[in-house]
Amino acid sequence: MKTLKTIYAEDLEDIAIGGAILGTGGGGDPYVGKLMAQQAILKHGPVHLISVEELADDALVVPVCMMGAPTVMTEKLPQGDELINAFRQLEQLLGRKIDAVLCGEAGGVNSTTPFVVAAATGLPLIDGDGMGRAYPELQMVTFTMHGVSATPMVLCDDKGNSLVLETVSNQWTERLARAATVEMGGSALLAFYPMSGEVAKKAVVRGTLSLCAKLGLTLREARANHGNPVDAVAETLKAVTLFHGRVTDVDRRTVGGFARGTATFTGVEEFKGHSFKLDFQNEFLMAALDGKIVCTTPDLITLLDAESGTPVTADSLHYGLRLKALAFPCNPQWQTQAGIALVGPRYFGYDADYVPYFGAVD
Amino acid sequence: MLRIGIDVGGTNTDAVVMEGTKVIAGVKSATTDDVMSGVVNALRDVLAASGIAASAIDFVMIGTTHFTNAVVQRRNLAQTAAVRLGLPATASLPPMVDWPEDLKQAIGNHAYLAHGGNEFDGRVISPLDEEELKSIAADIKAKGIRSVAITSVFSPVSSDFEKKAGEILAAEIPGVHVTLSSDIGRIGLLERENAAIMNACLRDLSAHVMNAFRNAISEAGIKGKFFLTQNDGTLMDAAFAEKFPVLTFASGPTNSMRGAAFLSGVKDAIVVDIGGTTSDVGSLQKGFPRQATVAVEVGGVRTNFRMPDVFSIGLGGGSLVVDGVDGVKVGPVSVGYRIKSEALIFGGSTLTTTDTAVARGLAELGDKSKVAGLSPDLLARTGAKIIAMLEDCVERSRLSPEPLPVIVVGGGSILVDGDIAGLEVIKPNHYGVANAVGAAIAQVSGEIDRVYALAEIGRENALEDAKARAIDAAVQAGAARETIEIVDVEDVPLAYLPGNATRVRVKAVGELHAQ
Repeated sequence: MKTLKTIYAEDLEDIAIGGAILGTGGGGDPYVGKLMAQQAILKHGPVHLISVEELADDALVVPVCMMGAPTVMTEKLPQGDELINAFRQLEQLLGRKIDAVLCGEAGGVNSTTPFVVAAATGLPLIDGDGMGRAYPELQMVTFTMHGVSATPMVLCDDKGNSLVLETVSNQWTERLARAATVEMGGSALLAFYPMSGEVAKKAVVRGTLSLCAKLGLTLREARANHGNPVDAVAETLKAVTLFHGRVTDVDRRTVGGFARGTATFTGVEEFKGHSFKLDFQNEFLMAALDGKIVCTTPDLITLLDAESGTPVTADSLHYGLRLKALAFPCNPQWQTQAGIALVGPRYFGYDADYVPYFGAVD
Repeated sequence: MLRIGIDVGGTNTDAVVMEGTKVIAGVKSATTDDVMSGVVNALRDVLAASGIAASAIDFVMIGTTHFTNAVVQRRNLAQTAAVRLGLPATASLPPMVDWPEDLKQAIGNHAYLAHGGNEFDGRVISPLDEEELKSIAADIKAKGIRSVAITSVFSPVSSDFEKKAGEILAAEIPGVHVTLSSDIGRIGLLERENAAIMNACLRDLSAHVMNAFRNAISEAGIKGKFFLTQNDGTLMDAAFAEKFPVLTFASGPTNSMRGAAFLSGVKDAIVVDIGGTTSDVGSLQKGFPRQATVAVEVGGVRTNFRMPDVFSIGLGGGSLVVDGVDGVKVGPVSVGYRIKSEALIFGGSTLTTTDTAVARGLAELGDKSKVAGLSPDLLARTGAKIIAMLEDCVERSRLSPEPLPVIVVGGGSILVDGDIAGLEVIKPNHYGVANAVGAAIAQVSGEIDRVYALAEIGRENALEDAKARAIDAAVQAGAARETIEIVDVEDVPLAYLPGNATRVRVKAVGELHAQ
């Protein structure tokens, strides 16, 4: 198979930054995942990124992920062998060798976790993922829309427990795995959605890991050249600025293993005199300007430090930060009826319909 | 109210005497290796210059970069044991995993993983293993280590394990200094642990330095209380500062920016503080330093302190000037406090930026005849290089294209003449001692940290109550009520307690009451 790009430990710096931008406030701070991936690459060697097109139709592909509340992930670090254990146990269950590793979620910590498994196994990693962003629930992947079952799935925790799930739907996988994750202490690592190369070619959101690397590089270069980092990122993503302002309040609740809440902003400069509200459930899902909803999931809403362009997670939001909110278009698969049913605002309990911020993509 | 502000930097020890909001006198003297004699000299000189009796001084406020410098330069750091409670969790990334190798080696790279830790909901990950901790203690003791940092998973939610482990280690290792991460940081294991380890490795030095301060002040005949300034520009008393030297890490830039705002009367500006070895550039919004949004690194180590967003470059009054094939190079190497013997104008043999400034007529200092032979071409190129370096930093710190003034402070301010990046440059009176002024005008704070049952009183009421209590605490600590502002509000849900229990932390700060 042709390697698109060989990823060394230092390359994870850019990928983690890009992952945080696609994380849209959630998906967990990639810092911990980055360190784990770097340790794995230093120990086992570099990771080979390949295009999904390289896969044989009958190849076996398995995504890996970290699941749980972002706060927990920055505080209770993994034991270390959970991911590879989950991967190997699933391989045993399936009774055949896995040919490639896939990223479940290119936003947040999970932009980096697949590198841990790819480095440790020496298997190639596909340049793409199942979301093109981050989402809080595990059925919220393009794989679901292509009829891929999340199970058999193996879930491992830091204490050495592992759990195999066989479920009737991906929604049930989410419910049961979530309950297990909360019991496991709020975070768990998993291997799931085993699929063929043929299905992967239909479902995978392409190029998202290299997009992460590009976003990280864009930020770095904009800073080095004294450009405007927020503008540079916006240009790379074809994003628009929703708001520029200061955080005045963050109301957080941890409900059923999720960090839910609302952040309130007051405008500065071009947005002086305006107010802005962001609702989040791990990720930023709905934005309202002066009380009027302006952008919702599945379009992406991300927060960047107004000056440095550094992405800011919902978790690290605090009083006084001056930030810019960007909106950019989701993968077209999410704009279908099935996509909106999975990840539209109504699914998250918001009384709003999805109106594509950028118009329907054809 | 008479107060003295002192800034102990790597190169200079500056002091000012202030009466209310008026600067009566300000002096600069060299920092000494023992710290104490430099402070003694500064106190003697500033009291003499002010004509005020030592016995009349009410308070002494000290800001110091001594602890930051110790970490950055990897000097005077104690061998330190990092004990983490959390096994089997957290083993993937051991303590100091993200540290620069040289710093890790400087404190011995003694990392211990032990059982303990809590889940997010307060459940126990694994019980504390007393035998395990005793054997770790025996190892620490055998290695002759006397500084320990203990970090338990989710200790901001429940600090019991850290306290218990601290007691066990203290009982096993006579004379040990224990730093508990829950006393220092917030959620975020690696960052909190990093801060705790850095604090622990500075404990020997802080005992030494605080003693030096205490002796210097009493030798000067001052009876008033003394304080240290911390990261957010507020004061902590000497006993507290000795235990938590890490809380002084960003006090240098905070003091210089607040001092610059105070002296110039300008509230929105870029502040350039040019010292002997480095220049710090930050931005001032409404009189306060702009805070960094993300994790701030100190000496290459990631922390989650709230610190001013400051950019530093290796340009100062002692920076070496070297003319080579690639043009003139300024810094980052500096003669530092040895400028008084090594610079050309002081009879030395090293060409420094101060020499070029004197040769260009920007300052009257030392023996000008020693630099008469420098070529006008070299001087012009050096001047242009210095301005280019500063422009670069100023551009990075600008928040908008709006033309803000640039306030230049610090002993190295003599290097600057004219505009920077087309922006007006303000050099306020007493610019050389802005840091000491910043220390003298440091604010007092009141902090509250309480658990509320939100189901009973609601979040709004809980926050209002917490804010009112923080303001009262600030008044209690000496703040003038009308000057108090809430600077930090944080609520952490404690999901394991009934009634939507939430830990609320609020910090209020205000100016020290004039009486």
